[in-house]
Amino acid sequence: MSKVKFGVVVFPGSNCDHDAYYALKHVFKQDVQFLWHKENSVGDRNVVIVPGGFSYGDYLRCGAIARFSNILKDVVRLANNGGTVLGICNGFQILCESGLLPGALIRNTSLKFVCRNVSLKIENKKTIFTGKFEDSSKINEISLPVAHAEGNYFCDSSTLNELESENRVIFRYNDNPNGSLANIAGIINKMGNVLGMMPHPERACEDVVGGHDGSWIFRSIIEYLN
Amino acid sequence: MYSAKIKVTLRKSILDPQGKIVEHSLVSLGYKNIKNTRIGKYIELNLDVPNEDEAKKITDEVCKKLLSNPVMEDYEFEISGGR
Repeated sequence: MSKVKFGVVVFPGSNCDHDAYYALKHVFKQDVQFLWHKENSVGDRNVVIVPGGFSYGDYLRCGAIARFSNILKDVVRLANNGGTVLGICNGFQILCESGLLPGALIRNTSLKFVCRNVSLKIENKKTIFTGKFEDSSKINEISLPVAHAEGNYFCDSSTLNELESENRVIFRYNDNPNGSLANIAGIINKMGNVLGMMPHPERACEDVVGGHDGSWIFRSIIEYLN
Repeated sequence: MYSAKIKVTLRKSILDPQGKIVEHSLVSLGYKNIKNTRIGKYIELNLDVPNEDEAKKITDEVCKKLLSNPVMEDYEFEISGGR
């Protein structure tokens, strides 16, 4: 019996929640539940996915409203107690707004919504989320889909220095699709238990949908926590 | 009742691609002397509070908390009205 209990947060406007649920339940055969935004607790879930989409219509700023939702307060509590949190796309924006991760995601420099596969360099294989890349050390680059209009990572220079010196930039774009600072595609928090990334691993867990490079990230979490 | 008029803009150090594109368009319309176009948000709200100081305090608080993100945005506001 797996010790990992996944929760997938659902906001009004989330649209990658079912992709994450499907991958975890049917591809990786994990214990997974949805967590509605009005719930006050993540319950017994020890890994929470904050999925992509347009939470609360992305009104005001991406992630700004979701950050104050009931469920997110408990996700912050879980993260501060060492629980694992993965924010994907809109989820990454929400984690930045909530202060779990530094910086912010601003409009793509192209002003266009980008939707395509991008090549990513794995910069740190010693994390909860990337351990499987270390096992298969041949894998230094992966291809994952991106789909966003606000994926341009920004932070001040002292934060960037901190991220770089602590090896907290986990994924970097080989061919930057959005103007992101230092080609950043994904970062972790200081404790190493919270990852935010713009690309969508949950959309790339089976070859039938165009690739399985995303599965390494979920398999890393599952193996690490077991 | 007081009224707050709030402007939220991208910080000067941050490239504003939207402003840039609008400026390109203005220049191509022949307005060649237009420079430094920046696009922001305008928010209006009313406050049912007893005095102007309280209106300022609350407006500042909500700007910090929700209406702007200090990582990328600056805000300014004007309070008007009163009973």
